[in-house]
Amino acid sequence: MEVKDANSALLSNYEVFQLLTDLKEQRKESGKNKHSSGQQNLNTITYETLKYISKTPCRHQSPEIVREFLTAMKSHKLTKAEKLQLLNHRPMTAVEIQLMVEESEERLTEEQIEALLHTVTSILPAGPEAEQKKNMDDVTMDEEDPA
Amino acid sequence: MFVLVEMVDTVRIPPWQFERKLNDSIAEELNKKLANKVVYNVGLCICLFDITKLEDAYVFPGDGASHTKEKQPCTCQQSLLMLPAPSPWQLPIYFLALDLPILDILFHFRYVVFHPFLDEILIGKIKGCSPEGVHVSLGFFDDILIPPESLQQPAKFDEAEQVWVWEYETEEGAHDLYMDTGEEIRFRVVDESFVDTSPTGPSSAEATSSSEELPKKEAPYTLVGSISEPGLGLLSWWTSS
Repeated sequence: MEVKDANSALLSNYEVFQLLTDLKEQRKESGKNKHSSGQQNLNTITYETLKYISKTPCRHQSPEIVREFLTAMKSHKLTKAEKLQLLNHRPMTAVEIQLMVEESEERLTEEQIEALLHTVTSILPAGPEAEQKKNMDDVTMDEEDPA
Repeated sequence: MFVLVEMVDTVRIPPWQFERKLNDSIAEELNKKLANKVVYNVGLCICLFDITKLEDAYVFPGDGASHTKEKQPCTCQQSLLMLPAPSPWQLPIYFLALDLPILDILFHFRYVVFHPFLDEILIGKIKGCSPEGVHVSLGFFDDILIPPESLQQPAKFDEAEQVWVWEYETEEGAHDLYMDTGEEIRFRVVDESFVDTSPTGPSSAEATSSSEELPKKEAPYTLVGSISEPGLGLLSWWTSS
């Protein structure tokens, strides 16, 4: 076996999530060969990877959302790797932005960081954990407000 | 953290798989060979992405012990993939007496591989602590280590609890933050190492060298992480209450 290009393209977590979900459906439908010894490794890795990715914000993304996000990102002048991290992680604080954008203190002003955060949080849907927290917050609010 | 890797490989299709759709046979063979395996200097293979091209299909009479039989180039390469259920009899093959035909096809394909780039931020779970550092897992990938010097400083190893602790200093004094197993942790990938674990004698000079003998099996692919920056470490350290 030969590797022609070890870095042909970067994949977002969302793309891998879609691929693995489709693969799971396909294999469920075709049934029979799933448990043969040769397929154990594929079963294990796809199960574990899907489990991991499902807990990240990409779970609620769609091709349209990703496209909208990348278009909105054009004005911020970030590298591909930086945009990918924002897409995968959906940062909600300035500290996280500073981790993912190299030399952010020199390249972005505070207002620009705020604008970036706003773009990220408004276009990308919240991850499963953030949603859980949001639901809990809503519940507490209901409890506080009897009316 | 995932990349697409272009590869080329020969896949051998045995006769009893001829009846299935060829693409499925090939996908299954490639996944059997690569899924959940580390390719040296490439990463951890997850699953097949697509097949981009096929080349030089060889059909040769029989297999088994003898490899001196001549390979007969197949003239119907393109149509092979379009045949719904080719029976061996329909292919232009030669077969001697009791030998059955085998298909040997060279494929160009793309595979999804886990290979975070240098400085990438990842979130994982603490698997445990040891004097070597904090061990982190992503579920599908386990070999991530954050060495003591890359922890939030000052840090100390609690021998009794077998856990690393960040002695976070505030005006009131030091506040011990424990790095417990199961906690979610955000870290930066600062280094990676590939070890050629194929059993072909002593490791080459390029492989990760260790001055001492390694008594246990070495992981073929390990990542080194760091949490020594604001925002890194346990997620609970940085979420606003």
